[in-house]
Amino acid sequence: MEHYNMNLTLKVWKQKNAKAAGRFETYQVKGISSEMSFLEMFDVLNEQLIAEGKEPVAFDHDCREGICGMCSMYINGRAHGPWHHNTTCQLHMREYKDGDTIVVEPWRADAFPVIKDLVVNRNSFDHIVQAGGYISVNTGNAQDANSLPIEKQKADDSFAAAACIGCGACVAACPNASAMLFLSAKVAHLAYLPQGDVERKERVVNMVHQMDKEGFGSCTNIGACEAECPKGISLENIAKLNREYMVATFAGDR
Amino acid sequence: MTWKQHFTSSVGKKLVMAFTGLFLISFLLIHVYLNAQIFLPDGKEKFLAGAHFMGTNALTRILELGLVAGFLLHIIQGLMLWNQNSKRRSNGRYAVKAGNATSKWYSRSMGLLGTLVLLFLIMHTAQFWIPNRVHQFSTGDEINLYDKMKDVFQNPIIVGLYIIGCISLSFHLVHGFYSAFQTLGMGTKKYKPIIRSIGIAFSIIVPLIFALMPIAFYCQWIG
Repeated sequence: MEHYNMNLTLKVWKQKNAKAAGRFETYQVKGISSEMSFLEMFDVLNEQLIAEGKEPVAFDHDCREGICGMCSMYINGRAHGPWHHNTTCQLHMREYKDGDTIVVEPWRADAFPVIKDLVVNRNSFDHIVQAGGYISVNTGNAQDANSLPIEKQKADDSFAAAACIGCGACVAACPNASAMLFLSAKVAHLAYLPQGDVERKERVVNMVHQMDKEGFGSCTNIGACEAECPKGISLENIAKLNREYMVATFAGDR
Repeated sequence: MTWKQHFTSSVGKKLVMAFTGLFLISFLLIHVYLNAQIFLPDGKEKFLAGAHFMGTNALTRILELGLVAGFLLHIIQGLMLWNQNSKRRSNGRYAVKAGNATSKWYSRSMGLLGTLVLLFLIMHTAQFWIPNRVHQFSTGDEINLYDKMKDVFQNPIIVGLYIIGCISLSFHLVHGFYSAFQTLGMGTKKYKPIIRSIGIAFSIIVPLIFALMPIAFYCQWIG
């Protein structure tokens, strides 16, 4: 692919903290390489702002290789930008042309309050996992892995659900700001395995109730979450979650 | 965990919407089957016999109470969910929205489509079901619903409103049919294609047959 440079207009959300009112700030960046990543373009912007004595834009990032779930920009109306199965850090500037205007917003949801600019607080996800996204095991020597037979399909389904990196794109993309896709991935990856079977009824009920407490909206099966998930977490996990919930409701011990 | 807690969580509310929705879908099937008798030869007699059976039989009258409850539950809970879900971004909405790039407009508009269906339902029951039951309670006799239909559907504005109602119902069903089964945990690779196909067929055929009734009376295809 031909390398080229571009000048861009950026409209970036600036917000001092969760309580302050935010606004869009317009910036011009020049000579952006088509081979840069989206976050590298933001690095260039921030270098420029620091050189000008202005405050840089705060944004979340960590691994920059698409596996950590930290980056979280809502770019031109799309969570993690326009590319399919992609995180913001893996979005590259070859997507854009010289003279383009790009609008960058934080994840917007009451359960994800803005910390600063494009950085949001996703602790609500941690609280959901703490409510049941684990298995209780006795410590001691690890037993032989082959002593727990798991059929291939179940192992694959579980692994596919466990691919969730907890970035929050599902919440950001959902018109209801629902966390159901995230929750379903966390419930399903344990529910498919024998290790998760012991606590499965309590787990699903506790995690659903924790999600409701955090102020997320409810799922109406719209499907925008699946379309925007960088890890391709399927709506089948929500179906699995619903089955788990019904088992807990109609066949639970308490 | 109490039953109440189970059914008032976000997943529990979904289950209530799905169960009542499927119940209302089963009602639509019976309703369209009976009313479509008007298109048959001797349609008037066949339809009136069916209406008489539904209106006077003890079992169907009890089921009718369940139907009213089902409607109320589905409508009230649906409106409450619509209201609650629209408040989850109280600190500001997106300046640029994904829109149709990531989801279907009718899936995002269930509250609005449901409200249109509700407005239609109010008009529709005010024209047929309520006067008929009132008449039954006061005189013991049913209204001749066939003649009533013929009379009501002479007004082109009413026919237009019925068509709008049926289109709203159709889009409400395209999402609702699939959504109910997804909520019951059937949105898997195995069942999803079948549910989608049956759902789309149902959502087109049933509202179309309903819409043809006022059109047929207005155009005097049947008399």
